[in-house]
Amino acid sequence: MRIFDLSTKIFCAILVCAVGFLSVGVLAPEGSLFHVQPYTALIIGKYLCYATLALSIDLAWGYLGILSLGHGAFFALGGYAFGMYLMRQIGAKGVYAASNLPDFMIFIGWDRLPWYWLGSHSFLFSCLLVVLAPGLLGFAFGWTAFRSRVSGVYFSIISQAMTYALMLAFYLNNLGFGGNNGFTDFKTILGFDLHSNGMVGSLLAISGLVLLLSYLLCRYLAVSRLGLVLVAIRDNEPRVRFAGYRVETVKLFIFTLSAMMAGLAGALYVPQVGIINPSIFAPVFSVEMVVCVALGGRGTLYGAVFGAIMVNACKSTLTSAYPMAWPFVLGGLFVAVAVFLPQGLAGLFFPQGESKLKNALGRLFGTRKPAGDPPADTEAEGDDGSEAGPEPAEGYGYGRAGRGIVNE
Amino acid sequence: MGRLGRSIALVCLLAFCLGQAPPAGAMDGPAVVTVAQAGVGGPEGEALAGEGPGAAAGGEAAPGGSPWLTQGVIESLASSKVNDRDVAIGALSGDPSDGATEVLRALLEGRLMVERSTMGLFVARPDGTYGDLATGETIGDAGGRNLRKAGINNRQREGLVSVINNRTLLSPNLAVRRRAAAALVPSKNVDPVLIADLLTRETDPLVAKSYGKILALHTLQDKGARPGEVIEALGFLGANLTPEAREYMRNLAEGDDPGVARAAQAAMASQDSQLEHIAFFETIFFGLSLGSVLVLIGIGLAITFGVMGVINMAHGEMVMLGAYTVWGLQSLLPGQAGLALILAIPVSFVVTGLVGAILELSIIRYLYDRPLETLLATYGVSLVLQQAVKIFISSNNRSVETPGFMSGLLYLSDHLTVTYSRLYIIGFCLVVFLMINLVMHRTRLGLEVRAVTQNRAMAQAMGVNSRRVDTFTFVLGSGVAGMAGVALSQLTNVGPNLGQSYIVDSFMVVVFGGVGNLWGTFLGGLIIGMANKFIEPINGAIMAKILIMVGIILFIQRHPSGLFPQKGRAAAL
Repeated sequence: MRIFDLSTKIFCAILVCAVGFLSVGVLAPEGSLFHVQPYTALIIGKYLCYATLALSIDLAWGYLGILSLGHGAFFALGGYAFGMYLMRQIGAKGVYAASNLPDFMIFIGWDRLPWYWLGSHSFLFSCLLVVLAPGLLGFAFGWTAFRSRVSGVYFSIISQAMTYALMLAFYLNNLGFGGNNGFTDFKTILGFDLHSNGMVGSLLAISGLVLLLSYLLCRYLAVSRLGLVLVAIRDNEPRVRFAGYRVETVKLFIFTLSAMMAGLAGALYVPQVGIINPSIFAPVFSVEMVVCVALGGRGTLYGAVFGAIMVNACKSTLTSAYPMAWPFVLGGLFVAVAVFLPQGLAGLFFPQGESKLKNALGRLFGTRKPAGDPPADTEAEGDDGSEAGPEPAEGYGYGRAGRGIVNE
Repeated sequence: MGRLGRSIALVCLLAFCLGQAPPAGAMDGPAVVTVAQAGVGGPEGEALAGEGPGAAAGGEAAPGGSPWLTQGVIESLASSKVNDRDVAIGALSGDPSDGATEVLRALLEGRLMVERSTMGLFVARPDGTYGDLATGETIGDAGGRNLRKAGINNRQREGLVSVINNRTLLSPNLAVRRRAAAALVPSKNVDPVLIADLLTRETDPLVAKSYGKILALHTLQDKGARPGEVIEALGFLGANLTPEAREYMRNLAEGDDPGVARAAQAAMASQDSQLEHIAFFETIFFGLSLGSVLVLIGIGLAITFGVMGVINMAHGEMVMLGAYTVWGLQSLLPGQAGLALILAIPVSFVVTGLVGAILELSIIRYLYDRPLETLLATYGVSLVLQQAVKIFISSNNRSVETPGFMSGLLYLSDHLTVTYSRLYIIGFCLVVFLMINLVMHRTRLGLEVRAVTQNRAMAQAMGVNSRRVDTFTFVLGSGVAGMAGVALSQLTNVGPNLGQSYIVDSFMVVVFGGVGNLWGTFLGGLIIGMANKFIEPINGAIMAKILIMVGIILFIQRHPSGLFPQKGRAAAL
């Protein structure tokens, strides 16, 4: 098993080139051919964070079959954890200049930081918290859920309830996280101005690096022996359990890892967007990210990244041009992906997953002989039109993209 | 003041006693009718006028022919001189008829109008029309007439308050008397001697209780009362909940007299326990009403989610559409809010059922073996429906009228009241639940649905058209959601986000109750509603919701299949 198969190589190459070009471009002098507006860099950086989140969802959903509708909660927790550090960095430069406390705490009449803000002034501790807090929540939630074998749709609904409950909690003013407004008006990181071109470029570069490392980690997991177990659990959990694997442990490990990844993405998201508030906890945000993954093609990794960037780019352009139309487009996308593209765009273009991708790319570049693959359309809708009617199938109709990996 | 009021009241009392044999209304039949037509207004006025036997008898009222409404009285009332008005008020106060009371009430409330040119008197009604006192005619509006309010000064006002109070206490109509007695406040307007006198004559226990409270309160306020009287009053107040006596009790409990202090403490303790009981019953009632809302929404979900295994994230939007149906029908039938609301129940079932049918036939049909995809697709549909409502109707909340029979309070006792709207919704929930159970257990469709639920392949082998059953089940679930929307329209704002705010809770209800079990959903909904309302006073509404969710997540961990797990083969699927 090689981590660096063709698709990974191409992905890495594109990512490194694009991010490198953009982050250097921010530093380039204005008027230069390579100059990139800081605003553009921030937007791209935001997309990269979404992509990392999508990747974490894909790891849990595409490979393990756990559809979490609450991944936004981990993302937001990471964001809040880093937001705490950014708030402490404001220090006495806030509106109420007399105190080191964040403005909103002064506003609700607190005279000192609550215990859970302890250590938030330290950059290293905050970086640790960024992965630990979501990881802990993911672990606790996964532990309760998986141990009692809550799976499938139940898990989705309960995870949605989790993020909904957290949203309600974070809206409370006296929780100590800024309530409705959340954290905003950040000024510096490690003493450097947040709005300087250098910082914008570095944040973009770091986001790209995190995405790259996450991708490689997921890829490593996918091709490892553990990856085989994951796909096996997805396709037939009882059989894997009877074969002697500790399914709960595997699930818990992957889910916690995925939560940490989402937290990291959230932490990078906050300084680039400049605000974190409870709306990120809203179930609809998580579901939107799931649809990104579904659109790109789950179980492919690159599909998740591609879907996240594309959907969010569409969202940015459409919401500014036709604000009323975006929910229709998004809703239509949900339906279209579910009904027509169960394998996502990746499945549409490369119906049999990785090996077909290799073939297709090979054909494209003329280095490989085209294999005799069946036409994409009939393959994608294989067993739907049968007369026997829908059966209470145990597999979720995940197609061949996943099995392709198993067979490899 | 006091003296004027007291003398007037005693006059009234005398007249009342004299008039006992023939009821007061009968004596002045025509007058009552005149006043009723002149529309002295207000629901009470109408009730009063309608009660008198004369109201039915005297169809052709002789205008102005009543003993009290002489031309002289009208002229004096319309006069701008204080003394003239005193004479008129005195004359009217001496008249025990309900009609006179209502003219005085109109004067007190500033609804008595004088036409400047003719010095004629008019009574303004709440609906904007006017009644001519002299002729009994109704005129549509002030239309060009030069009207001013009849004059009244503060001294006269005070006198009128006590006259009207005491006269309503004398009303032969029991409901009016109860209301008047309950509204009594121990103050200078209330004369304990008079009340004590009334108490001896009163036959109705409720009115007598109100009098007793007033007298007891008066005793507590009275500095010169003897300890024995005070203790007796405290005992009475302790047994009959009177929150307004609290302050006096606290003072007395810290007073010098040990006997009185002990009695005051006992009375306070007794009141506390009564208040606790009332709070407890109120919490149960609110819990029941929240629970039945959850059940109403959850029951549709339980059908589609439990019975068919389909996750319909657009369920909340079906509820929203149901609520909008009420709004639509009320706009189509202006002025008939009640009729529109009742019509909305079947109409919303049809509307949301149709939407459900379209949804099932166009999308869900293709996703039956892929529950996660169904979830995503219906989520998309919910976004589209929400946005469609925002664009085609409005993103603002629409106002839905509450018809008369839904508004108001039901008095279970003096201090324990429940709103009719919530009461009706609890009843509605029970009816809907019963109907669904009937459909499921007494009809061919229900039999087929249960068969398909238990074993789809076997049901198909026995000749059940499972596709058709799926469609009908989905339509049923969606239609019930629409009916839930009708109920919700009476409780909360009707807006595009109506469904969203309940959908997570109702999913929790279904999962908590045990998927595929209607009884589970019913009990689960009631339990969650109750738990919510019992936690709310301790931690606040939002924390209650969070705690409930955490609780359910932990509960699911112990009992993955909910309260009532499915048994047998269905559980294995």
